[in-house]
Amino acid sequence: MIQAIFFYIFAASAVVMALVVVSARNPIYSAAALIGCLLSVACIFVLQSAHLLALLQVLVYAGAIMVLVLFVLMLLNLSRDELGRRRITVRRVTGVYLVGALVTLMTIRFTKHLWAPAVSLEPGFGTIEEVGKILYTKYLLPFEMVSLLLLAAIIGAVVLTRKEKGDGR
Amino acid sequence: MGIDSLPAALSVIRPELILAVTALVCLALDLLYKPADKMPCWAVAFFGSLAALASTIASWGTEQEAFSQLVRMDNLSNFFAVIFLMVGLITLCLSDSYVQREGLPAGEYYTLLLISMTGMVFMAQANDLMTVYLGIEIMSIPVYVLVAMMSKSPKSPEAGLKYLLLGGFASAILLFGIALLYGAVGTTQLADILRQAPGALKASDPLFLAGVGLLLVGMGFKVSLVPFHMWTPDAYEGAPTSVTAFMSVAVKAAGFSVLIRVIVLSLSPMAVDWSQIFWWLAVLSMVLGNVVALVQENIKRMLAYSSIAHAGYVLVALTTGTETGIHAALIYLFIYALMNLGAFGVVIAVSREGDQGVEIRDYTGMARKRPLYALAMAVFMFSLAGVPPTAGFIGKFYAFSAAVKAGYVWLAVIGVLMSAVSAYFYLRVLVVMYMKEPEAGAEYSAGPWGAPIGAGVSVSLWVCALSILFLGIWPGWLSHFAQQALQGLTSLL
Repeated sequence: MIQAIFFYIFAASAVVMALVVVSARNPIYSAAALIGCLLSVACIFVLQSAHLLALLQVLVYAGAIMVLVLFVLMLLNLSRDELGRRRITVRRVTGVYLVGALVTLMTIRFTKHLWAPAVSLEPGFGTIEEVGKILYTKYLLPFEMVSLLLLAAIIGAVVLTRKEKGDGR
Repeated sequence: MGIDSLPAALSVIRPELILAVTALVCLALDLLYKPADKMPCWAVAFFGSLAALASTIASWGTEQEAFSQLVRMDNLSNFFAVIFLMVGLITLCLSDSYVQREGLPAGEYYTLLLISMTGMVFMAQANDLMTVYLGIEIMSIPVYVLVAMMSKSPKSPEAGLKYLLLGGFASAILLFGIALLYGAVGTTQLADILRQAPGALKASDPLFLAGVGLLLVGMGFKVSLVPFHMWTPDAYEGAPTSVTAFMSVAVKAAGFSVLIRVIVLSLSPMAVDWSQIFWWLAVLSMVLGNVVALVQENIKRMLAYSSIAHAGYVLVALTTGTETGIHAALIYLFIYALMNLGAFGVVIAVSREGDQGVEIRDYTGMARKRPLYALAMAVFMFSLAGVPPTAGFIGKFYAFSAAVKAGYVWLAVIGVLMSAVSAYFYLRVLVVMYMKEPEAGAEYSAGPWGAPIGAGVSVSLWVCALSILFLGIWPGWLSHFAQQALQGLTSLL
């Protein structure tokens, strides 16, 4: 019961923060709200006994990545004029309508499970040991694929940002 | 999966392994050799791709799943892998002198090209939505970078940024779709999704339907179907031409490989639903692609819109959701790869340094001074327009007759009408080349269609042109292989 109450608190905070991210005019507010959203999701992970995931969420997303985002935003230092005024366009209205439809459908779908009994977990679920085991056995291939993906991204970042010296080097 | 089954599992992903290792070797070689000496990198990339192609062909006919059923090698995946590797090899031939002329960083260029091909082969072999997504990303990220690589031209980084931002959104939408599907059926395995689909449909589970819809959007973006095509003209125009050639065929074919496996085969129980969506996407792509191509002055933009239209023709075949339809789509993709690569090859041969000379008026009177290029271009344009006896006609014939057989007569009629429209802009290039004199003193007649370009371009032009004519006259063996590619899968329909 107490878990359910905490779940709804964190879930509501995640949703509200996400709404602030997309609706705030000032990108700094958006970034700050995104940190809040990521932290709320991390709390939900804790409630679901996915402790490693929660830890990584805080360290990597709320920590490292958001610091970079804030850094860039502060470097750009956009003024109020550059941000432009809030406009209502056909596209935005359609977008809001579609998102509303999707949310309604999902709400209807999930209310069925609102009071479903909790599923019991295998012992050791969510620990570093178990995640590591599954990562190197069942999901070995995706794990290696991600490393190839990161390599490609690193090469790409280096190619695009280095300064020209002579014949294209 | 135990450790002892590892060699067997690795043999399934052998083409990917060869490509990935080649990419790493290429990257290391780039450090060892002087900047001017790009030959070793090129040779390693070429022979690595050739080895991957040989390994794919050698495993033709085997059917095996590996890595806890995350990947699956069968004839369908092998067919697509052959297309990707063939395209990769021809692109390497087209790139050789182009990369030097435009001063692109060769080592990274070839490395990224190889990594992108690795991702494509993963996509073709994907048996799980997780592998689908990772394959798409491994393919896309190198291509975003390749598009933006020509830092001398202001258009190229802009095109790369646009493609990256929109591609990022499309990936996010695709991932959201995967998450919803997982929420609905509790699995990402394609085989399990196929098993669970009828139940989810019966309950008309909104999660399942929304998930499939979002998946369609993500894949529609990769194959540039209308209305997810906005990035195509800008990205194709701004990218280095050799990269445009690569992405207009290989990325599209890879997108279709996933579309066929995930939507057409694994979600066949809901064919009634998606075939309606496909119908509209196909019609919109064919109409918009062909009509907007009419007014293009830049040949790269024209080919970009034409590629949207060709995605529409492939979708016509897939709308049927039948074995004949998929068979026709496979044939079309193979032929389209050859003819579009050829057309971009001529664009590379004709252009000058800094990607100049890509307006259609630059081709005025080319037949006089460069009769062979003009002849090759004529073959590609006739083929793209679908004129017999070129292979383009065979592709369209299979696609439209599959649609008629499945009862989509109007779709075939619209397709034929739109091919007639497309003849105007394809043949316009021929008229300009053969029937007009270059204007005296005009800027473009001073440089007679570029400096002599490397042997690689000429060779690939002839390979493409001759195979198009060959396939146009003897399409039987391609049809035979496409039939074999579907063996064992048609029971799913």
